Amino acid sequence: MILLSLLVATAVAIILMRDLFAAVMLSGIFSLLSAGLFVVMDAVDVAFTEAAVGAGIATVLMLVTLTQTPIRERPTPRLDWSALVVVTLTGTALVVGTLDMPTYGDPAAPIHQHVAPTYIEQNVKAGAHGSASGDDFHGHIPNMVTAILASYRGYDTFGELTVIFTAGVGVMLLLAGLPPKAPGASDAGPAANDPEVKE
Amino acid sequence: MRKHFILRVVAKILIPFVLLFALYVQFHGDFGPGGGFQAGVIFAAGIILYTLVFGLDTAREVCPRRVLEWLVAGGLLLYGLVGSLGFLLGDHFLDYSVLSKDAGQHVGILLVELGVGVTVAAVVVSIFFMFVDRGRH
Repeated sequence: MILLSLLVATAVAIILMRDLFAAVMLSGIFSLLSAGLFVVMDAVDVAFTEAAVGAGIATVLMLVTLTQTPIRERPTPRLDWSALVVVTLTGTALVVGTLDMPTYGDPAAPIHQHVAPTYIEQNVKAGAHGSASGDDFHGHIPNMVTAILASYRGYDTFGELTVIFTAGVGVMLLLAGLPPKAPGASDAGPAANDPEVKE
Repeated sequence: MRKHFILRVVAKILIPFVLLFALYVQFHGDFGPGGGFQAGVIFAAGIILYTLVFGLDTAREVCPRRVLEWLVAGGLLLYGLVGSLGFLLGDHFLDYSVLSKDAGQHVGILLVELGVGVTVAAVVVSIFFMFVDRGRH
């Protein structure tokens, strides 16, 4: 509850903040708070990722992006009523949607009835590692999150990795192909073998 | 950053531990929380810290552009190859049971997570270098 109210406070602060540097820092704090929330909910792996990616790398990448942009947000001239209506409606719909969700940790919830029991049972049947008695991993993979991500859901993780690869290659092509801060050059195509001027 | 003596000394002490922790998270992911994604990001964070303190040119000597580009593709290829070994050896794609008689899943998951970690770390470091490089011009 405390974490949640801190999250809300940080979000409001981010909205009100005109200084982009402070906003980036606050979004890092937001990620760290959500990581704490995930720990409270016993999702340690997710919390780990959130702390490393959200609070760490994303903040750093936003900061280096800030070196390319003005540091202060341009003030919006007036209140946009249509945007406010859209945001309020969407938010209300989402909140109403959560009312239908099962209670947190309810064992009868649909998500705990589908494939999850099989995964858990086949993963931990042997108990601690060493005793090979018919589970899928012969007790080698005690962390079931890893087992699900890398083995049962190997296709998904392969896809995720491809997404990261594509994103990386995309950014590389975009930034390497651009002439250094000179818009409107003739051949600004994504040339990967563009010789680096500075190196 | 030439003048920040304390910062440089502390960073020099910290960076090996950051990298070591990344490797721990990478290879201990089967037993505790963690895995390729987190390990890759932590490893990249170590290198980013190095870049922030010692400058881009020094960091480029540690991780040359060519090597990074190879690693970006190499991790994904490792994942794909381990997956393909499954059906080359007569089973399904991404079924690691064929890799070893008892611990096939273990070996498979370890290699696949390594692929994830390598690609994630290389991509993050590359993107960071790109932005820093562009910011200097």
